[in-house]
Amino acid sequence: MLATLVIVFREVFEAGLIVGIVLSATRGMARRGLWVAYGVAAGVLGASLVAGFAGEIAAWFEGAGQELFTAGILLLAVVMLSWHNAWMASHGRALARQIRQVGAAVVAGERPPAALAIVCGVAVLREGSEVVLFLYGIAASGGSSAPGMIAGGALGLLAGGLVSAVMYLGLLTIPTRYLFSVTSTLITLLAAGLAAQAVAFVQQAGYGERMTGTVWDSSWLISDDSLPGRLLHTLIGYTSEPSWAQLLVYILTIGMILGSMRLVRWRNDTALRH
Amino acid sequence: MRDDASPLCRGGAIGLVLVGLCVSGPSIADEPVQINVTLKDHRFEPAEIHVPTGKPTVLFVTNEDATSEEFDSTALRVEKVIVGGHYATIRLRPLSPGRYPFMGEYHAGTAQGVVIAE
Repeated sequence: MLATLVIVFREVFEAGLIVGIVLSATRGMARRGLWVAYGVAAGVLGASLVAGFAGEIAAWFEGAGQELFTAGILLLAVVMLSWHNAWMASHGRALARQIRQVGAAVVAGERPPAALAIVCGVAVLREGSEVVLFLYGIAASGGSSAPGMIAGGALGLLAGGLVSAVMYLGLLTIPTRYLFSVTSTLITLLAAGLAAQAVAFVQQAGYGERMTGTVWDSSWLISDDSLPGRLLHTLIGYTSEPSWAQLLVYILTIGMILGSMRLVRWRNDTALRH
Repeated sequence: MRDDASPLCRGGAIGLVLVGLCVSGPSIADEPVQINVTLKDHRFEPAEIHVPTGKPTVLFVTNEDATSEEFDSTALRVEKVIVGGHYATIRLRPLSPGRYPFMGEYHAGTAQGVVIAE
């Protein structure tokens, strides 16, 4: 039961952090709860499918299917996060002003954040498939009694959900004026972290195995397996032993997102002047 | 299942590889060393894997348990699910001398191992 609790908590917490960021980044937008719920539901369905066909997926691309599949969904999330930030660069200020005027009420007329629904789906799919595979393994081996597994799973889900909710509530205390700057920064770092993770999977699949040397080793300070390590890994893509390729892609992703946000703002400003 | 490839296919594939190796000649030395690892009762065998430094290596991990396992290593930058009863190839980059721990994340209590590059 304890093993189930730990694994379920960990994965729910990791997916929940991302959902929390998405919820705070879409504050005030119409039907955002529904879209996030769609994303999470699609993620749960996808997780079951991915877990069910894990053997088949692994066999794709001469045994590199799992890595390329994971890299693919990570890069999809990176694109969606970048798109959202570019969109916020042009709509964020007006949105924040409207939220201040009408309080916490929903701002009418803003389109649903479809891009971030996909991000929620990807987060749940990725962590959820690990949970399903793990639970299925326990159920199949009969190593743990069914009530123990259900209790552990439920407690893990609850605890993971609670910690994510606390973080979301913390983000909500940020004054509206700064909210979207904070969430844009969080999303930029999140995207960079996911891109860097994708690099490791692509290289593991046997492509572009360059710059694989380790830049630093901070495992003595924060290990990837510790709770702070996992928190930072999910939020900003922290890893205690990154490769040069990961570091390069991390920096490039941040540059690309900040560049596109600046471009959008600049185009908006020139459009206003004319 | 994929593992049930017909002997004819397998024989053909092996033959093709052999021909390829003969034709490619000198590059044989560049082929990564393959090391077989078995996962049974949530333990790796061997749990201590010695690899030469500076050369790519491939771990061929067979999961003999009925349950899935996630091969996980921060130091090796590997995260790969190995479905119960299946196998997986895990590519290791050319390593500098040192110890690179790995574990089976679903059964971290017993499934522990280390790659030693020397």
